[in-house]
Amino acid sequence: MVLTSYINKGIDFDEENKQLLEEIISHGLSLGADFVEIFLENTDNISVLVEDDFITSVSPSFGKGAGIRIFKDTRDGFVSTNDLSRKGLISSISQAIEMLDINATTIRRFEGLENIRNYSSNKNAWLESIPTINEIGEKLLSSTKYLKKEEKVNVRKGSYARNWQKVIIASSDGTFAKDIRLHQTVGLNVIALDKQYRSSGSRRFGSSDSPNEFKNWDHEEAANEVLDSSMNMLYADYVDACQKPVVLANKFGGVIFHEACGHLLETTQIERGTTPFANKLNKKIAHEAVTAVDEGISSGSFGSLSVDDEGMEPEKSVLIKDGILKKFISDRAGEMRTGHKRTGSGRRQNYSFAAASRMRNTFIAKGDYSKDELISSISDGLYCKSMGGGSVGATGQFNFAVEEGYLIKNGKLTKPVKGATLIGEATEVMPKISMCGNDLELAPGFCGSISGSVNVTVGQPHIKVDSITIGGR
Amino acid sequence: MDLKEISNFITSSAKSLNIKKWDFGASFSNDFSVQVDKGIAKQLKASQKQVLTLRVWNKKNLVGITTTSDLSENGLKKALYQANLASDYGNKNELTDFSPLAKDPIKDIKQAKRSPAGIKKLLETLRFAESELLKKHSAIKTIPYNGLSESFYKRIYANSEGAQRSYAKSQAAIYLYARAEENNRKPRSSGSVKIGYGLEDIDINSCIDEAAEKTISHLNYSAIETGKYKVCFSPESFLTLMNAFSSIFNARSIIDGVSISNKDSIGEMIANPLLNVFDDGLHEKNISSAPFDGEGTPTQKLCLINNGILENFIHSESTARIFKTKPTGHAGLGSKVSVSTDWIVVERSEKVLSNDNDLNHKDYLGKYIYVEELNAIHAGVKASQGSFSLPFDGWLYEGGKRTSIEAATVAGDFKTLLKEIINIEKKQHLTTSGISPHIWVKELSITGDA
Repeated sequence: MVLTSYINKGIDFDEENKQLLEEIISHGLSLGADFVEIFLENTDNISVLVEDDFITSVSPSFGKGAGIRIFKDTRDGFVSTNDLSRKGLISSISQAIEMLDINATTIRRFEGLENIRNYSSNKNAWLESIPTINEIGEKLLSSTKYLKKEEKVNVRKGSYARNWQKVIIASSDGTFAKDIRLHQTVGLNVIALDKQYRSSGSRRFGSSDSPNEFKNWDHEEAANEVLDSSMNMLYADYVDACQKPVVLANKFGGVIFHEACGHLLETTQIERGTTPFANKLNKKIAHEAVTAVDEGISSGSFGSLSVDDEGMEPEKSVLIKDGILKKFISDRAGEMRTGHKRTGSGRRQNYSFAAASRMRNTFIAKGDYSKDELISSISDGLYCKSMGGGSVGATGQFNFAVEEGYLIKNGKLTKPVKGATLIGEATEVMPKISMCGNDLELAPGFCGSISGSVNVTVGQPHIKVDSITIGGR
Repeated sequence: MDLKEISNFITSSAKSLNIKKWDFGASFSNDFSVQVDKGIAKQLKASQKQVLTLRVWNKKNLVGITTTSDLSENGLKKALYQANLASDYGNKNELTDFSPLAKDPIKDIKQAKRSPAGIKKLLETLRFAESELLKKHSAIKTIPYNGLSESFYKRIYANSEGAQRSYAKSQAAIYLYARAEENNRKPRSSGSVKIGYGLEDIDINSCIDEAAEKTISHLNYSAIETGKYKVCFSPESFLTLMNAFSSIFNARSIIDGVSISNKDSIGEMIANPLLNVFDDGLHEKNISSAPFDGEGTPTQKLCLINNGILENFIHSESTARIFKTKPTGHAGLGSKVSVSTDWIVVERSEKVLSNDNDLNHKDYLGKYIYVEELNAIHAGVKASQGSFSLPFDGWLYEGGKRTSIEAATVAGDFKTLLKEIINIEKKQHLTTSGISPHIWVKELSITGDA
């Protein structure tokens, strides 16, 4: 039974564990690895769901695990395990060595781990200072009660999720760091119904490393946003398929840049040969109106980090400056395999994934125009006020659902339309972003990719795309 | 890993917390996977994972839950303690109980359980597959998405009334997605996935051939005009759509108001009478079959649509109680128990209808769109509203000739689509997510780039 594997003294998350980690890293190097990295994780999560006027689900979860990665040349082997005993970790690293079929012909020198960089010292009390289940339940119930004010709303939901994660990162280049991360999200969803008409509305709000953020959340403002969106769309007609100019709203409108362009600037895409931008460094890839940034340092933003999952402090990376490609988003493997310097972007969902180059807070910088100036510049187009999800295929083609859209006629917003999908390719669309507004805002989200689902923010000011294919009926 | 040991420990620990009623589900897995890049091993992965979900009932018969990967004695005690605390917030309006079928006999699914092939064998096989696929056509320059994995897992369920169930399985899977590009043309990408009980059961060559054929055949593409077209769905694409809208059969979704069905929909004609749909988790071709669900209810074959009429919903214990019926073996295990389909089987019924019934994708000479594969399901399906707008890989057929479509989306309402089915071909095809024939639909909106 698994209980026996814990007889050996193993990792204690309240301790530094330096000696044990050095022993495991030395073991990996002695067997011929060029590089060894250990990622240890202890989690304590909870989610709460309120439906209509009742708490219908409270789901706590907790766990521990280790992800051990070794490199030999540019190859890597990764083993994850829940067994954090000394024996379990030694066994995992031996398995990683065996997978790569390494012979210990030359043994790399290991100077030991540096003094620990402790990013968690002022975060130890967070678990005690976050809202209690009672406080969460009360606020969510207030939110769903508020959503009742519109009688056509048939389904009302409020949800909260807290992810607390303590990590220790140690590697054979001496990297030794520990951190505590706290992410909280709260979402509201409604479905409105009237005869054959149906619409839905949803908004999600999120913060990182801000224990009190949920307590300060303005649930009435959030509920009003959701209600406005669902009611405006309830009787909307389907949009006609066409090619037109569009204005994309700020905040979550940035999801298109994130998906359609941001992913193509990750070094994992260069490694795979799936980005058209691989050889475009210092070349023009977008309209000169576009400057785009990926950073992990904005206080409280959902994609911010004190230290990435490979032990590097995040930097602010200007990806595109005035339309010119300036930088790629890189992790350790990306630097090794593509030559692009690490940017503090090595991220993973949890211990069971190897870190990969991933976005953090990614946004198009603000320009000079007002939202009204963008809209008034269009005689026949579409205003995408709220975006749904989307995806990008292996050839770079993207598509995104428009949750809340309005036709633009002669420079004015007119009737709401539903069922629109934006379709295009980054290389074609980026040069068509001709105007950027002055109202940059960020929105939290989750990004799923090679190393699992990670917290990010997307963002932009209002932007105008001169022409794009709109899927419809 | 021993079901009895965990059960005994939870029994004794629960007593000390005065918890009299509990159940748990757990899974234990060992997974191995490889990826390659032009013959070089890119990332080799192994993982040992264990997770246990524990439910306890308090004195007011309210349920609390905790999930953990820490199966040490301390971890299990903490899980009991946390679940007990969470039970204070149990749902008073929808009480949950053990499944009344949790001790019923389960079917012996008699599936092959393979031994690990090992990382080296996986790597050797994938290198071969990548190399062969690259040789298939000069335009295929890379196989950017590839992987070969094998997984060995065990699932258990037990409760305080003595139900105890377990099963162990092995599974292997390969995927090859090729990227092809010709001068001054846009790159094209397509691929294939194959699964089996073990590496030895996977037809690697057919995966290579299928990935090559799909990718190469789309190299000579054209944009199409936006408009309404007659559509033929491939078995894969129709099953994708069926699964995306499976809330139509889902009692949980109906209770929650997020389904386009309602409590009175049973008996309603929702599709062309040619359509029969079953959920058959125990089908002999279902590699991922499980003999019981998250609540320990035996898996069973269930008719969902019979001659176009909605026949049954899928249930957990609590939704079955609300609908005054029995659970159907489709439950997860959670604070709020989810319900989902297992393995959809679509077939043509015996009903004979209109004169379009002889439509066959192999010899029809009229103009139509063939939807080979639907993409971006999570973004383009609004299950609660019944609408979809999805990009797809496919073909324009006219006069027996086919042209690959550059980029397009197909949009419509699912209920309308079911009613506007004009033919269901006789031959069923096995896919990784179920079984279906080709399905013809009278007309759908297609957005093209021309």
